[in-house]
Amino acid sequence: MSEEKQIWVWADYRNYFQSRVTLQILARASVLAEKTNATVCAVVFGDKVDAYAKEYIAHGAQKVYVTDNPFLKTYNVSSYAFLLSALVRQFQPETLLIGATRFGQEIAPRVAKQLDTGLTADCIDLDIDEKGQLVQVAPSFGGNLIAKIITPHTRPQMATIRPGTFQELPHDDEAKGEVIPIPLPDTMPSPRVRCLKSELQPARARKIETADIVITGGRGMGSKGKFRKLFDLADLLHAEVGATRPVVYADWVSSEALVGQAGKHIRPKVLFSFGVSGAIQHTAALADARFIVAVNKNPNATMMKLADVAMVADANQVCSGIIRALKQRIRD
Amino acid sequence: MLHIIVCIKQVPMVSELPWDPKTGTLKRETAQGMMDPSARRALEAALQIKAGMGRNQAHITAVSMGPPMAKEILYEAKALGADQGVLLTDPRMAGADTCMTAFILGKFVTDHCPDAGLILCGSMSSDSETAQVGPQLAEALDIPAIGYARRLELVHDCVRVERHVDDFMELMEMDLPGLVTIDHAGESDLYTPRYVALGGVEAAFNAGDIRVMDGTALGLNKGFNALTSSPTKIIDVYSPATRKENRVLTGAVKKMVDTLFDDYGKIISSAMGKDLKTHDHEGDV
Ligand SMILES: Cc1cc2nc3c(=O)[nH]c(=O)nc-3n(C[C@H](O)[C@H](O)[C@H](O)COP(=O)(O)OP(=O)(O)OC[C@H]3O[C@@H](n4cnc5c(N)ncnc54)[C@H](O)[C@@H]3O)c2cc1C
Repeated sequence: MSEEKQIWVWADYRNYFQSRVTLQILARASVLAEKTNATVCAVVFGDKVDAYAKEYIAHGAQKVYVTDNPFLKTYNVSSYAFLLSALVRQFQPETLLIGATRFGQEIAPRVAKQLDTGLTADCIDLDIDEKGQLVQVAPSFGGNLIAKIITPHTRPQMATIRPGTFQELPHDDEAKGEVIPIPLPDTMPSPRVRCLKSELQPARARKIETADIVITGGRGMGSKGKFRKLFDLADLLHAEVGATRPVVYADWVSSEALVGQAGKHIRPKVLFSFGVSGAIQHTAALADARFIVAVNKNPNATMMKLADVAMVADANQVCSGIIRALKQRIRD
Repeated sequence: MLHIIVCIKQVPMVSELPWDPKTGTLKRETAQGMMDPSARRALEAALQIKAGMGRNQAHITAVSMGPPMAKEILYEAKALGADQGVLLTDPRMAGADTCMTAFILGKFVTDHCPDAGLILCGSMSSDSETAQVGPQLAEALDIPAIGYARRLELVHDCVRVERHVDDFMELMEMDLPGLVTIDHAGESDLYTPRYVALGGVEAAFNAGDIRVMDGTALGLNKGFNALTSSPTKIIDVYSPATRKENRVLTGAVKKMVDTLFDDYGKIISSAMGKDLKTHDHEGDV
């Protein structure tokens, strides 16, 4: 077949400067495209979205399909899913990748079902096997099990990708790409879901889910007052503070900080864990932490077994000790 | 009368799993089952809607696709206040991916609950974590859907949903019949699930029957097989690499902290994006 193979990335540009997942996927798509001799394409829906199309080209897209229409101004799952399915039927890409934002995870399954194809959720890696198929690597049980999945018989091969999984390519002003306008189809139905209000929440400066360094504190911190010391350490480390459930229940810190099955999943490069026993409901959310330092009086605590460096000591004393050391060691 | 369908799933109870923290291995087969926490919230939402509607104004059907053992969570759902429990179970349903699960649930709703007005699902189950079954079920039924509801309200023949999606607070609306998934995150909000009073499950166990339907009762084709019909194939499952180093430090705090920075300072400083002096014992003098 002489037809060009395409890898599509659905462009999720909302809150562009905070939410980089589309750029991250474009970077990975470029690698996959090289292996399969395919073209990387972004697909953008919205109202006055030219600037985004240019951004995607600067970040690795070779083609950008753009449907620019006031009708598409607000994200709408029913309209967007209809349109994306229609475009896939028309252009028949091999692969369709979507960021695993909440909206992405809402639209992707609908498109997959409309196209009767497979979809893998929240992938943490993508590769190509010897047959040229997309290997979709997805965690379950909070990362405690990993599955490799393929879509052998149907196309496109679809996956949503966890934000932060891949590194975006540097912005390249010189990059060349083609912008292909696609008119809104006449068959476009009026949306069955109406958005009455959509407001960007005041941005929180930093977020625990994406922080490079996280400090978690458990009941072993001893008291609300002592727990506050973790925030001093966080300031020095540019870190975010998380907590276990007993700590949240005791109101030492707000429930926003809860890390675990019932709270946030984190994926820091470095995790400091103070006075945490390591119950599975908590550690389920830590599987992606790369380097773990745990402090606990009990060397047999599960958290200590999970750690790269396990310090058998009083959590408060070590916290103070690290603060002191950092003050000496940080070069200004 | 409003017929509410709540789709619930049985998941392994993670805390009960035979679990080796060192190798990170889970033995799923031997796990105890429980109602998926996010489905539990969906059931809670259904119960609250029903409670707000006056006698006999709403009927709740809890449905689950799963192995025979999933009957337990349907008894529990009945004990909590569901009017009916239905288990869709058949060896031919095993191995269904989200598309096939949505197909099977969709078949049940279309053929056996044609009067369904509101369908509720958890937004994401705690085991497979795909968040896909709800949206795909809506697609199978060709009805509108809104995901991640924090609060939902019936206004005449509409449902209004407040939700939090990617830093946006949204207010959405759609006509019924429609499907809503209830946000799995957040602990202390409107749909924090109630629990069954002691002996409640037992009472439900004695009181009510769970309707059990196999593929034939459901009207699936003779040759139907969820595993082979699923468009995705799992080719490998494994536990993520075990951590190699587990260095245990003991002794004086000052010494431990110095070792931490001397030996691992680079890792810490690169995560901080700031230079650290890695070998610094000036303080010792
Ligand atoms: C359905 C369900 C969902 C749950 N979800 C979550 C969740 O999302 N997140 C979560 O965190 N938990 C969750 N839990 C609770 C979880 O099971 C544990 O109870 C909790 O994580 C334990 O918190 P902890 O480690 O702070 O406390 P503990 O288990 O009490 O551990 C305290 C630790 O501190 C150590 N210690 C004590 N004093 C000192 C000291 N001076 N210096 C150093 N170390 C010290 C002790 O050795 C111990 O290891 C959930 C439970 C259930 C049933």
